[in-house]
Amino acid sequence: MSQPTTQPDAEETPAPKGPSRRAVLGVSAGVVGAAAIAGAGGFAAGRATASTLDLKSYAFRGEHQSGIVTAQQDRLHFAAFDLTTSSRDDVIALLKAWTEAAERLMAGGELGSGAVGGSYVAPPDDTGEALGLPASGLTITFGFGPGLFEKDGVDRFGLASRRPEQLIDLPHFGGDILDPTFVGGDLCIQACADDPQVAVHAIRNLSRIAFGTAAIRWTQLGFGRTSSTTTTQTTPRNLMGFKDGTRNLRAEETSEIDRFVWADAGDGQAWMATGSYLVARRIRIRAEIWDRTSLSEQEASIGRTKGSGAPLSGGNEFTEPDFSREGGDGEPLIPTDSHVTLAHPDTNNGQRMLRRGYNFTDGADSLGRLDAGLFFLAYVRDPRTQFVPVQNQLSKSDALTLEYLQTTGSALFAVPGGIGAGEYVGQALFS
Amino acid sequence: MQLRTPVSAAALAAMSAFALAACVPNSTDDAKAIAVSATDTECKVATASAPAGVVTFTVTNDGKDVTEFEIVADDKLRIISEVENLGPGITRDLVVRVPEGSYYATCKPGMVGDGVATAFTVTASESTAAPDADREELLTTASEQYILYVRNEVQTLVQMTDDFVAAYEAGDYDKARSIYADARVHWERIEPVAESFGDLDPMTDAREADVAEGDEWTGWHAIEKNLWPPAEGFDLTADEQKALAEGLKTNIATLSSEVNADDFTLDASQIGNGAQGLLDEVASSKVTGEEETWSHTDLWDFQANVDGAYVAFAVLRDVVNESDPELVKTLDTRFEDLNALLAKYGSLDDGFVLYTELTPDQVKELSDSVNALSEPLSQLTAAAVS
Repeated sequence: MSQPTTQPDAEETPAPKGPSRRAVLGVSAGVVGAAAIAGAGGFAAGRATASTLDLKSYAFRGEHQSGIVTAQQDRLHFAAFDLTTSSRDDVIALLKAWTEAAERLMAGGELGSGAVGGSYVAPPDDTGEALGLPASGLTITFGFGPGLFEKDGVDRFGLASRRPEQLIDLPHFGGDILDPTFVGGDLCIQACADDPQVAVHAIRNLSRIAFGTAAIRWTQLGFGRTSSTTTTQTTPRNLMGFKDGTRNLRAEETSEIDRFVWADAGDGQAWMATGSYLVARRIRIRAEIWDRTSLSEQEASIGRTKGSGAPLSGGNEFTEPDFSREGGDGEPLIPTDSHVTLAHPDTNNGQRMLRRGYNFTDGADSLGRLDAGLFFLAYVRDPRTQFVPVQNQLSKSDALTLEYLQTTGSALFAVPGGIGAGEYVGQALFS
Repeated sequence: MQLRTPVSAAALAAMSAFALAACVPNSTDDAKAIAVSATDTECKVATASAPAGVVTFTVTNDGKDVTEFEIVADDKLRIISEVENLGPGITRDLVVRVPEGSYYATCKPGMVGDGVATAFTVTASESTAAPDADREELLTTASEQYILYVRNEVQTLVQMTDDFVAAYEAGDYDKARSIYADARVHWERIEPVAESFGDLDPMTDAREADVAEGDEWTGWHAIEKNLWPPAEGFDLTADEQKALAEGLKTNIATLSSEVNADDFTLDASQIGNGAQGLLDEVASSKVTGEEETWSHTDLWDFQANVDGAYVAFAVLRDVVNESDPELVKTLDTRFEDLNALLAKYGSLDDGFVLYTELTPDQVKELSDSVNALSEPLSQLTAAAVS
């Protein structure tokens, strides 16, 4: 039986509880909501229950950036930017302004003189659509694309020597039909929240601050998480109707997180310590074709049952798949070309990644086909070993990828580490 | 041939050579807002005095009628600043710079008559309030210069429109086509002014898509479609051509008499908002190539809009330099960047490439540059008037 996942109802704006935007205006230290405690790992882990989600607010400053091992919120607004300046000072000024703004936004505050508190003859500093809404667990995560370090062979900001070798130009993967609209970017912002309006408000106001220094290249709205990042969360479903992220890395697996997610000073570039690398892939699902596919074929493509999410080798959702177990015909119960088989650590030299993807739907194409799918986000310590080989394997052999998926967007970003009081995001890179 | 604009933007900027006093801090940090309750019969001001500098009055209409609140000089004639059109229950801030002196705080229920005046004293303080007289002089100068600019542009526009119409009516279409974009430059530079005169703008500058089913389409773009017809043609009878031509000529003549009228005024708010309006024009229709659907001469309009916005900024420069010198620096840089980008595609003197020749990447680059300028430009009015 299919279990609907419990999600806070974000369609109805809850009566604001907790600190109002006005009350926390100008608060500089991160406000930690009633449901959250600052963990030793530098992130706030909270009880993810629907009744307390709205109240939650996370600190922007900490050992790591928020929005990575934070309990995954249900809504996303993601934006990739192109730098339109050639001035290093402009980039630094932008990062400082973004840091200040992100801190205020995550605390549930307004920017500048607010949405209605400024001059009557000037445009308001804050666009205002989040007035009266709580912080809604907003996290804002900043990343640096290859173009910050080097573009068309030009070292634009004197940073080329500091480009981490992990920040590669992603190769072409078989089957990718990339729409240039959704490829690359010099900077990125991932805004996640439990209320979509809060996430959209964040990106909108941050992009306003950037005019003249950076311009939006592309954006992606995500309306439902497709993974869990803590053990307390239920496994959500993607738009193929299957549970997704059952074996995802969880915040509680600290030694695994240290091994697979957080970059270390010894990895090559000291400024990346406590940071991570973010792979973003816009994966369109050929929904109409998938929906005409028999249940048995769907389950064989994934390697799990559609109802409970158990591996086809038996058990329940969290039972480890047994790839050697055979059926009456002598064939493995979990097909060798299934998604689970080919994405599993056992067939990828033990590599794991922290997935943090979202469902998306962006209307329909000219033929009336849904432009919908999974906006894949994954945090890894080294994309060269944890992502590229896995994706190559999927692109070559995975029945699901070959038949039903089409990747239309692709980007990679270096996500700098967390910052302390008085610092700005990415400061270590520019020091 | 290209008629020169008698007054260049650079000359205008150089005209105002005021020696400025030290910059005025534009901060209300130390200013406590003074609550004002305006009823239908009373004007209750929380305190009767404040130290010189920036004073904020938070005015609430506690009456049933629409009201107005003014700070009036002690001659009871000169209005220092005001908020108008406060509906019942509405609260609005009035932020005003006032030097030491005696004033009246006045509520005007119904917005007519003398209203209810209470004495208000501004005491000496550390804060240097803007010397009122200087500031007003700067604003007056700005207004005079911009009106001069508008009148010059319209004068050229009238001449070139007459030439354009004459060539079009005479069937000399090549000549008409050669004048079209150059003539429109002088319209586009001052378009927000034209917009302030009722239907003059839509009658003169409506695009085909702007016209509702059954309404008559007149002005530049109807003639444009006739001169650069689409593949399926756009034929007009001689009478239709004449009606369009004469209508355009008449409307431009009307514009000329409006801006040359003795009572034609433009204050700093209108100039600042006009600059923003010009950039909005660029962002909404020029950068998309929708303005000149058939002639594709969008870059002429684009440059003209930027010119008009630049002059608005230039005449307000000295005023804004007092309240927000950083904004002046930013705007200088951003105008320079955008003009340099436009210069890659030609100039008004030598002509531009057609908009259809630009690649999507080049259009995006122009759009980014317009946004980079528009965002700080949206602060110009407030910096000039507060």
